[in-house]
Amino acid sequence: MSTPVFEELEKGQQIGSRELSFSRADLIRYAAASGDHNPIHWNDRFAREVGLEGVIAHGMLTMGSAVDLVSVWAGDPGAVVDYQARFTRPVPVPDAESGSPETPTARLQISGKIGAVDTERRSVRVDLSVELLSDPVAEPTAAAGAPQSGEAVRTKVLAKSQAVVQF
Amino acid sequence: MINPDRQGHRYPPAEPYQVSREAIREFALAVQAVHPAHHDVDAARALGHRDLIAPPSFAVVIAQRAEAAVVNDDEAGIDFSRVVHAEERFTHHSPIQAGDTLASQVTLERIRTMGAGAMVTTVVQISAEDGAARSTVTSTLLVRDEEDAA
Repeated sequence: MSTPVFEELEKGQQIGSRELSFSRADLIRYAAASGDHNPIHWNDRFAREVGLEGVIAHGMLTMGSAVDLVSVWAGDPGAVVDYQARFTRPVPVPDAESGSPETPTARLQISGKIGAVDTERRSVRVDLSVELLSDPVAEPTAAAGAPQSGEAVRTKVLAKSQAVVQF
Repeated sequence: MINPDRQGHRYPPAEPYQVSREAIREFALAVQAVHPAHHDVDAARALGHRDLIAPPSFAVVIAQRAEAAVVNDDEAGIDFSRVVHAEERFTHHSPIQAGDTLASQVTLERIRTMGAGAMVTTVVQISAEDGAARSTVTSTLLVRDEEDAA
């Protein structure tokens, strides 16, 4: 894959997209790798007791997973000199109804576009869109004009998710 | 109760963190980071790095060791069972690499009270053994209002 050429980059250009999914096993892996063992990320009872509907993904797992799109596009993860995000909505990761705990139960769509080009510093800001994809709730009596089945419902889970790439 | 007078307090540094290849690979796997420079030493060296480089958010692993000083600070009065992570930012002066030994130190940068709750911002400075700044990790937490103590 060829690396981007700074002089050819313009505000508004898309850098690509990627779909990610999380399973309960993925949350355990992130807890182990990060050292964040907060039980809201692995124990439904505890999560409900603190007011959640159930286990949610670590915000830092969502944030950390989204940026690889930028690392791969840039060609060098070391070129990502700044990365920030606001956590706006939780990402629920319910236990799979059957089968392996590796079964993904949350899907995310990551896409990025160039939000700003700084010619003096030779850097670009990539604005990431990070959306939770959920199946539309089956509503047999849905009025005409309502979103038809098949189209995933999109919920933004990160805001102001921006990575600065140094060239 | 949160103590706004603790704003600006700088805590003692955490124990130095030694970055291993295995920690980088395990973290990269956990965040589904497929770039080869996180997994394959030759790929990292081909890009001019000395060794494997950490994904951009790996610094959180080091930062939270420093942030533990705030969690354990009774004087700050922050109830961490009521905390929601609101914002995070990483600024890297140079990428974190396998083989690094990194110091970290946290400052309770800002306490903004809102009713019985608050927004709390911590800043962790991560530096190399020679003192050179490597990364800055800024974390903002929302401390929720205390509910009726039933």
